[in-house]
Amino acid sequence: MTDIKGETVLNEKGISRAITRIAHEILEKNSGAETLVVIGIFRRGSDLAKRIADKIEQIEGIKVPVGLLDINLYRDDIHTKLDQPIIQRTQILFDVVDRNVILVDDVLYTGRTIRAALDAIIDFGRPRSIQLAVLIDRGHREYPIRPDYVGKNIPTAKTDRVAVRLNESDNEEFVIVDKSGTGKKAGQKESGPKTGTKGGKKK
Amino acid sequence: MKLSSRHLLGLEGMSAEEITLILDTAESFREIIERPIKKVPTLRGVTVLNLFYEPSTRTRISFELAEKRLSADSINFSKSTSSVTKGESLKDTVKNIEALKIDMIVVRHASTGVPYFLTQCTASNIINAGDGRHEHPTQALLDMMTIRRKYGHLNGLRVVLVGDVKHSRVVRSNIWGLKAMGASVALCGPSTLLPYESERFGVDLYSNLDEAIDGADVVNIMRIQLERQQAGLFPSMREYTNLFGVTAERMKLLNKNHTIMHPGPMNRGVEITSEVADGESSVILEQVTNGQAIRMAVLYLLSGKKGEEA
Repeated sequence: MTDIKGETVLNEKGISRAITRIAHEILEKNSGAETLVVIGIFRRGSDLAKRIADKIEQIEGIKVPVGLLDINLYRDDIHTKLDQPIIQRTQILFDVVDRNVILVDDVLYTGRTIRAALDAIIDFGRPRSIQLAVLIDRGHREYPIRPDYVGKNIPTAKTDRVAVRLNESDNEEFVIVDKSGTGKKAGQKESGPKTGTKGGKKK
Repeated sequence: MKLSSRHLLGLEGMSAEEITLILDTAESFREIIERPIKKVPTLRGVTVLNLFYEPSTRTRISFELAEKRLSADSINFSKSTSSVTKGESLKDTVKNIEALKIDMIVVRHASTGVPYFLTQCTASNIINAGDGRHEHPTQALLDMMTIRRKYGHLNGLRVVLVGDVKHSRVVRSNIWGLKAMGASVALCGPSTLLPYESERFGVDLYSNLDEAIDGADVVNIMRIQLERQQAGLFPSMREYTNLFGVTAERMKLLNKNHTIMHPGPMNRGVEITSEVADGESSVILEQVTNGQAIRMAVLYLLSGKKGEEA
């Protein structure tokens, strides 16, 4: 079980409802699923990407390709961090050219991760569009990034800690906001050893 | 988990955890070299000097491509077109190039210990691309990656290194790396080309190829160098081929799911027949591809350690 204390802002049902709504919004905006591919940012973003694709298949009956993206090689702070992130494997086994890409992450914060992800996706080809879906938008953007689909907007202070736990990766499921200000570091998204990164993953 | 040193001088003393980190990272980079755009911005702003005092095709191109694919800036140095021909010392050469603000040096040299020497007189991260008869760590890492990709693990496999094992830096690095990862290692070659002290290496020595490869999983064949033949270390190439050449007939002694490896360049018809080199169990070209991924991984992992204590 998690060691994080704080207010639960989404429970398992809440997360499920948010994903269902995002899937419907995606289908509405793109007039169906024919042109869609879903790419999740490692690690919880890819868990959410699979769920969104499954939901789209349930609603529309179309299987949407799902990819997994590790953005660490595209970070702008890779040489300024004390610890290097462990590089995970990117798996985008389909063509993104002329597709509407749904990019999925768990928490949207400064926008730097999304900036890196956009660079990475463009290296695979020229999509028709890239749309951003996030479970939590906690604000404090440092880059001009705006999500197209949001599970829940949560007003936070920079010192707050937002913890997303999903069954696939953590065997538990909820979103907690720790407002004690005792998070690891101001301006740093919560991440534990299970995330596969070292020193935290700045969003 | 991170590497304990900011240099890669050899695999002797490197732990299984560190080797696994390099191999796992290389798997991620292997994906990049399969992409339509084989380039990531990771090492943007990092300058790498390829300091090759000895001829090399594969290793040099592999390092250079690895650097380019990570968006590093590469400078290539070759002895024959440099001030070395005017008598400039290695230390002065490196110090002068370093004054142009480089971050990492990939060095190949005919003398053992040159990479270590450079760690003592420069601030750059040093990667050994082959020093004398000592070590060639990235070659052994790519060999291990190739074996691991085929079998899924290295632990418990029986690997035979055949040929001029005494003078081979590839063999030395392979021994340390494979043993750290739990494989059993045997060396096979003419007794004049075997090391004196097998105890130090903890390996089995064979002068009979059939005995050595009986039941083995992997045979890694080393090149016979013409200069060794002229030094009289074995009677003739023809005799060597008869006794130590890996042929399709001999491969029947190996395990059914066996692997044939060669670090190149190959002397076809001497240490390996074309039938074996181009056969189904040969992973020789796979080794070359994996080499680039390994070098990208090493450059990436060491690049984040600039200025840390060695």
